[in-house]
Amino acid sequence: MLELFTDYTLRNVALGSALLGVVGGALGTFAMLRRQSLLGDVLAHAALPGICLAFLLTGAKAPLVLLVGGGLAGWLAAWLALAVLRHTRLPEDSALGVMLSSFFGFGIALLTFIQQRDNANQAGLDQYIFGQAATIVAADVANFALLAGMALALLGLFYKEFKLTTFDPGYAQSLGLPVRGLGTLLTSLVVLAVMVGLQTVGVVLMAAMLIAPAAAARQWTDRLGVMLALSALFGALAGVSGALISASRENLPTGPLVVLAVSAILLVSLFFAPQRGLVWDWARTRQNRKRVHLERLLLDALALLQHGPLTPQALAQHRRESLAAATRHLEALEAQGWVRPGPQGYRLTPAGQQKALELQMALRSQPSVFPSP
Amino acid sequence: MTLTQTATLPLEVRDLTVVYREQPVLWDVDLAIPPGQLSAIVGPNGAGKSTLLKAVLGLVPRASGQVWFFGQSLREARARIGYVPQRNTVDWDFPTSVLDVVMMGLYGQLGWFRRPGKREREAAMHCLEQVSLQDLAHRQIAQLSGGQQQRVFLARALAQNADLYFMDEPFAGVDAVTEEAILQVLHGLKSQGKTVVVVHHDLETVREYFDHLTLLNVQVIASGPMEETFTSENLRRTYGAKARTGG
Ligand SMILES: Nc1ncnc2c1ncn2[C@@H]1O[C@H](COP(=O)(O)OP(=O)(O)OP(=O)(O)O)[C@@H](O)[C@H]1O
Ligand SMILES: [Mg+2]
Repeated sequence: MLELFTDYTLRNVALGSALLGVVGGALGTFAMLRRQSLLGDVLAHAALPGICLAFLLTGAKAPLVLLVGGGLAGWLAAWLALAVLRHTRLPEDSALGVMLSSFFGFGIALLTFIQQRDNANQAGLDQYIFGQAATIVAADVANFALLAGMALALLGLFYKEFKLTTFDPGYAQSLGLPVRGLGTLLTSLVVLAVMVGLQTVGVVLMAAMLIAPAAAARQWTDRLGVMLALSALFGALAGVSGALISASRENLPTGPLVVLAVSAILLVSLFFAPQRGLVWDWARTRQNRKRVHLERLLLDALALLQHGPLTPQALAQHRRESLAAATRHLEALEAQGWVRPGPQGYRLTPAGQQKALELQMALRSQPSVFPSP
Repeated sequence: MTLTQTATLPLEVRDLTVVYREQPVLWDVDLAIPPGQLSAIVGPNGAGKSTLLKAVLGLVPRASGQVWFFGQSLREARARIGYVPQRNTVDWDFPTSVLDVVMMGLYGQLGWFRRPGKREREAAMHCLEQVSLQDLAHRQIAQLSGGQQQRVFLARALAQNADLYFMDEPFAGVDAVTEEAILQVLHGLKSQGKTVVVVHHDLETVREYFDHLTLLNVQVIASGPMEETFTSENLRRTYGAKARTGG
């Protein structure tokens, strides 16, 4: 932990990853709610040919120039993808899948061409495939901060409009909002986020930084603002912890570790978040089933008591179940404190009577919920 | 029809044609909606009722035709127009609360960059009271029944404080209690002198609920005061031989 403040390289890597986490998490929230996560993946992959072309055209290896090239190509790909979706009847996943592979394939071809052309000078371009965070220096961090700052500032400025166009585009348009333009702007902000991630996680893993924090955040809250903040926080957390873990051992790549960290956060959220988490969901369902089961038993017991004694034999006959099952059921009711064994079979306790009364009232006010006996 | 009359009409449509891909969905629609009345648009599935509302509001492109609101263009009259889309057009699992959705009705008045504040929250709350949903203001919208969702959309439109409302099947899939509540809101709007245009599906109730009727099936079959327009001959021409006049 302490190295974070003393180790110059580590500090830059951690800062760069954290910035990526924040901006990816924030923009990913909207991408996810607009069902455009896959579009994010397309424009991330499409950055590769853009980076290569920027290098071929300018001969520069300055990261900012390459990032801008990558961003432009990503933007073009997104625009193309949306145009194809709008004007053809191709299914969305097919259209985006083809687009992704084509741009990425073109990028790999360009990369190979550059490698063969001047071997000495190409060094480093292939780092944009999976990222190479170790190369991040203070100047890069400054670039990231600029890009991320721009994206976040615009996101804050148009937050209300983005929210409405995402939730109900038709209504937004009826209010006079330029829905198309706002969509384009939001996509452009996603491009900025991708540019921040190119050096750290690369084009292949970038989509995870858009999707995972947002999906994890959605598990914990029902408010858009909170979701946005949480998503950014999860992204930053993953960025910093990925950087720290990779620094703790030799030869551990930062980008993949950041992605693994964010996946771990998502996994925990999917299982353990209250309300939406699988574990609680499962436990709640189980508990509800058990409760309804016991309530039915109590009503059966009540029905029996109106005609005679409540014994395992009588219950078994009434419910058409085995004697063992009926005995177990009576014990369950006893454990609940609703019945008590007596000399002439079981009797309702005061608590049991109270509960049975409540159930009957509920039944009467909501006759459709249970079939009447 | 004199010019002054035309200028006071809340909605006037001339020669409106809409084409999605192949055949026209709306063909040469002429329409004049009278002020201060509850007006129904009725027709079979696929007749183009939703498309008519969307085309009028500029949500789908028109192949031809002109539309005036209070004698003005859509752009000029926008602040006076409210819209209640069909309920199933949005994702109700969106992370937001009932009050938030109602406040969206005020975004047009707020303009760019300004965030809703205390005043907007109070206004939205007032609209929720009109549809009896004030107790659910802070609920996540996924936890609403269909009828409650419909009333949230209604409250959002009320927040716009428009003079002319378009509603796409507000009575679809709601129970008798909600239907009555929505009807009360419509009557409230009418008593304030507002004009409401409603896409309606139920021939049994249309005569009772509305003052003015437009029968639509790609073309306008008939349009006018309810008593004159709600005839078995007109219904037969709209729906084909199977239609019943109800009531
Ligand atoms: N976005 C679209 N693209 C292509 N065709 C469309 C689109 N929306 C509607 N249509 C077609 O236009 C026609 C009219 O549709 P519309 O939704 O306006 O009918 P409607 O009268 O509202 O029907 P319903 O009673 O079912 O709501 C239908 O045949 C429909 O298939
Ligand atoms: Mg419709």
